[in-house]
Amino acid sequence: MKYIKILWNGILKENPTFVLLLGMCPTLGTTSSAINGMSMGLATMAVLIFSNFIISCIKNLIPDQVRIPSYIVVIASLVTALQMFMQAYTPEVYKTLGLFIPLIVVNCIILGRAEAFAAKNGPVESIFDGLGIGLGFTIALTLLGGIRELLGTGKLFGATLYSENYGMLLFVLAPGAFIALGYLIAVVKKTMKI
Amino acid sequence: MKKLPSTLPNMLCVLTLISVIAAGALAYVNKITAGPIEENKARTLAEGINSVLGVTDAQVQDTKTVQDANGNDVILYSTDKGMAVQAIDPNGFGGTLKVLVGFSEEGTIKGYTVLEHAETPGLGAKASFWFQKGEKGDIIGKNPGEKELTVSKDGGEVDAITASTITSRAFLRAVNAAFHAYAGASAPADAQSGASAQQTSIHN
Repeated sequence: MKYIKILWNGILKENPTFVLLLGMCPTLGTTSSAINGMSMGLATMAVLIFSNFIISCIKNLIPDQVRIPSYIVVIASLVTALQMFMQAYTPEVYKTLGLFIPLIVVNCIILGRAEAFAAKNGPVESIFDGLGIGLGFTIALTLLGGIRELLGTGKLFGATLYSENYGMLLFVLAPGAFIALGYLIAVVKKTMKI
Repeated sequence: MKKLPSTLPNMLCVLTLISVIAAGALAYVNKITAGPIEENKARTLAEGINSVLGVTDAQVQDTKTVQDANGNDVILYSTDKGMAVQAIDPNGFGGTLKVLVGFSEEGTIKGYTVLEHAETPGLGAKASFWFQKGEKGDIIGKNPGEKELTVSKDGGEVDAITASTITSRAFLRAVNAAFHAYAGASAPADAQSGASAQQTSIHN
């Protein structure tokens, strides 16, 4: 029961994109299509689960004054490893997201969760927190990417729904990301009562 | 277990230990992924060469790197089925544009593929198909030696991608650079031979 609560907390109550408004750089940068948003969300989730788990395991070994550099070394190593694995086994995804993968290191969601959750809770809770926050981030990015792809190019997950000629170019570009995100946050807040 | 106090020896030891473990783990990951990454790169290149030459089994016989007029590296791949040239232009809308172009004996373009780009999705990113055969900016079959390829806005014959003139210009500059390197390589006596050829032959 406790774990489900942690999971829900990450997906809804403390959704990193809609509620905490953390990690805006990858949110706006990678969501030009639904599949890009989803891949970025999943990559971040993988790093988040591992970083939460490792940091929660070693939290008592780390003196307080050097905790931030220690966390960053752990996170940066995980991201570098992920980047190498993606380059080796999913080159197609790496080609579209390559530029943004190293930026996961400085994604404030990850350091934020390390500080706010993993450094205070046990390893199992931390894994669930990483899973919840990661899922919340993935859902938000997929939604935003889907909306932008649909309005901008008339496609959804690469399948054409209407001709690209009628697409609103604005939504493919950065200003469209801000506009779509603003409306999305408004709708989520209103319907979910959070 | 109690939290370690923040004394100098503690902090030094912990940071050193974490860094050493992280470096070790990354070295291991690098070791197991280096092979597949190399294979992927080689496969992408082989597929690219085949597609721009319109064949399926081109064997690279010779690789040569020269510099274009702006000092960018141009790589010439001589195969048994023709020559494929990789050229870049650093001034795309989002950064560097890397193209691979296949040429026939006479210097007409047989095919091209965009290897790397950072152009806007839905705009400049269309370069990967916009200039293909039958599309609006068709450059296949054109010979950059007869007339430098430029967009219609600059007095040329190629239709630029709608709302992406910067990308189109960068793309055509890269194609032209590829052609000049190709022309320089196939006729070493002409003016293009000034390009400093660094022979880095790889025979397979």
